[in-house]
Amino acid sequence: MTERPLITDAPNTWCPGCGNFALEYAFRDVFQELQKEGISLEKFVLVTGIGCHAKIADYLDVNSFYAIHGRAIPVATGIKIARPDLHVICCVGDGDAYAEGLDHLIFGAKRNIDITVVVHNNRVYGLTTGQYTPTSPLGFKGRSTPAGTLEYPLNPLELMLTSGATYIGRGYTKNLKLLRPLLKDAILHKGFSFLDVLQICATYYDVHSMYDSLVYEVKEQPGESYEEVIKRLREWDYNNKAPIGLGTYYRKEAPTFNDRITVMKVSDREREEIIRRVLEEHL
Amino acid sequence: MNDFSVLIGGKAGEGLNKAGQILAHLMGRLGYRVYMYYDYPSLIRGGHNFSVIRGSEQKIAGHRAGMDIVLALNQDTVDFHRDKILPGGLLIYDAYYAKGEGMAIPLKQIIEQNKAPSITANSGIIGAFCKAVGIEWGILEEVLHRDIPPKVLEINLAVARGGFDAAQEHQKLHDLGRSALPFITGNEAIGLGLIQGGLTTWVAYPMTPSSSLLHFLAEMSDKVGLKVIHPENEIAVMNMALGFAAAGERVGVGTSGGGFCLMSEGLSLAGMSETPIVIMMGQRTGPSTGLPTYTGQTEYHFLRHAGQGEFSRFIVAPGDANEAFYWSTVALNLAWKFQIPAFILTDKTLSEGGYSFTIDEIRKVPVEDSPRWDGTLPYRRYAFTESGVSPLTEYGREKAVVKVNGYYHDPRGITTEDPGIVAPMQEKLLRKLQGLDQELVSYDTVNQSGSSGAVVALVCWGSNKGVCQEVAEHLGLRMVQPVVLWPFPVDSLRRALEGTSRVILVENNATGQLAAMMRQYGFAVHEQIHKYDGRPFTVEELENRVKGVLP
Repeated sequence: MTERPLITDAPNTWCPGCGNFALEYAFRDVFQELQKEGISLEKFVLVTGIGCHAKIADYLDVNSFYAIHGRAIPVATGIKIARPDLHVICCVGDGDAYAEGLDHLIFGAKRNIDITVVVHNNRVYGLTTGQYTPTSPLGFKGRSTPAGTLEYPLNPLELMLTSGATYIGRGYTKNLKLLRPLLKDAILHKGFSFLDVLQICATYYDVHSMYDSLVYEVKEQPGESYEEVIKRLREWDYNNKAPIGLGTYYRKEAPTFNDRITVMKVSDREREEIIRRVLEEHL
Repeated sequence: MNDFSVLIGGKAGEGLNKAGQILAHLMGRLGYRVYMYYDYPSLIRGGHNFSVIRGSEQKIAGHRAGMDIVLALNQDTVDFHRDKILPGGLLIYDAYYAKGEGMAIPLKQIIEQNKAPSITANSGIIGAFCKAVGIEWGILEEVLHRDIPPKVLEINLAVARGGFDAAQEHQKLHDLGRSALPFITGNEAIGLGLIQGGLTTWVAYPMTPSSSLLHFLAEMSDKVGLKVIHPENEIAVMNMALGFAAAGERVGVGTSGGGFCLMSEGLSLAGMSETPIVIMMGQRTGPSTGLPTYTGQTEYHFLRHAGQGEFSRFIVAPGDANEAFYWSTVALNLAWKFQIPAFILTDKTLSEGGYSFTIDEIRKVPVEDSPRWDGTLPYRRYAFTESGVSPLTEYGREKAVVKVNGYYHDPRGITTEDPGIVAPMQEKLLRKLQGLDQELVSYDTVNQSGSSGAVVALVCWGSNKGVCQEVAEHLGLRMVQPVVLWPFPVDSLRRALEGTSRVILVENNATGQLAAMMRQYGFAVHEQIHKYDGRPFTVEELENRVKGVLP
């Protein structure tokens, strides 16, 4: 086993204090840990959207597909259906996954495709310099909404439970001790794993003192019952000042999209024979 | 020359596409080469549907305006089509639901006597047709055995027999004494060509006229080891397909104009990330929803320019089922060989039209692939090469770090804004087109038929091939059909037009998209014939239009 540093020499352009650093190094640690446990590094594929989060595709020295805004999940889905042996991880942003590509997030969960979706949720558009996202609180004053937003945020965890995700959790970039096992757990879960990871945007939405005062680690075991879990997911609605639970809320074993696909291999010669047969049927 | 046309019409939901196929198979049994045009409005029940089935001694790819027989299941068919009946022709109609001059068949009675469902009326009228043109009962029985599902075969046979017995012989359809050819639609030909080319995955969202290709490949998937995925929308289709390709699958997508609009951002990603992909684009009448079930040739320029930025692509527009089969295989090969998007540009006429398919004419094309990584470390997904094509490997290869990227990137696939890398990367993307152009020298990118020495040329593309060929033959003109539309086959087209002094363009659009492209490359275009009402040209109509512009 070769020890690779797993961090490329690409110059890092995240702002000092950006939450993305924590995710980058947590991923590195988890990949190294999983490598020690027998998963070779080439089995990981990182698929990203567009946004500050997505630069992680350049910074981590593993397979990657640096896709377009909102579309990481369909790309990842294609990779996973083609190659069930790969661990496909989507690093996506909150604007990326909850606005531009919301349809794909819902359908990924609905299919229970065996990929891991990690949302770098800083609740603001950073790379486009400070507009509100679907998880910004009501009244958020961004550059496109100087008088404050007129709409409530989404609760993505609730949405994911309703859509059919089989692993749902929340992390916080300032709690690395919890973030690493959460990432590892989500990657190893068979089925659609969803992690909303709260991080601050050092430049446009630095609310770390608010998060620090509200977060707590969820003590209950992850539930399987929809009714019980949904109640707990509604504790914090991304708008109120309620306690913010961190950890795994929901975990369920269920057949994945790949489990339902069986495709046999057909040789070139067999294919030609089948074409000939089809043509004969059309006489 | 033996040339025979029959039209069958009725309401949607009466199985008129199937009835058309049965008539096509009957003519095939008598040795005719067949073409079928299927005309239907965008609805599920009601409206007016009809199929025109034409048989000829020669292989054909177009229909005529004049009908030898019209089979009318309702009054609309009589009213809309009675004027098309040729002298000596015949109207055969349902005695209860229609009135007319010709042969009335008591279909309602026959159906009631057999306690049959009303959809069997088309079997009844086909029975009457067979009697009227002297096709033996045994032939009809055999065709119905093959074409009708076993569960409803008996009842259809009974109604067909009733129709057969109720009719009288009118004119004998001459038996050409040749064996039948397979009769398939353009979309089936594309599907088979893709399978021949090693397709492993098809991703599509339904949209006429590409849906029947999705259905055909889904039906075939078990037999040929194909994954067929229908995702949430065309945006997902394109991006998912790129994921498949990056993971080593030979993948294609199918759509029409509106769906392709949604794919164009992903198309640009394919261009930048050099991810191979085949796109079947079936044109229909636009703009917007336009006429969803009718034809058009309006997306040539759209495909040529779709997607932001400048990158290499391949566009082929086959003219009939045989070309559709052959070029679909080639499109897959070229997409992978050059790591570019390859378009199969069709229209409703080709995709849903039926054609006699000549198996012996199938040129066997071996499966071709990208140059593959030789294992030298580190792997560079976008290594600079003379051809612009970098050796490919897929995710999961030991020791390789495969970085696919939609930003400008360095050879490793890591994002860069360095002008010293950006400019050569842009050149790399475009250099592949030069290689493709060279590669295409060994292909017949421009077809030529009709009178080769003629100084007047009819120039067309796609599904107009069939009608143009016939009109050129009748009028002693040269027919020239560029099949490859991008890279534009300048040299082959110049050779095909050598010695002509008058060039007439025929297109199913209002502006002349091929004409504009030809002019851009310095070709003279003297006349343009357009049709943009959603309907394909009939042979007669085009002939009259061409005569109108001849000196």
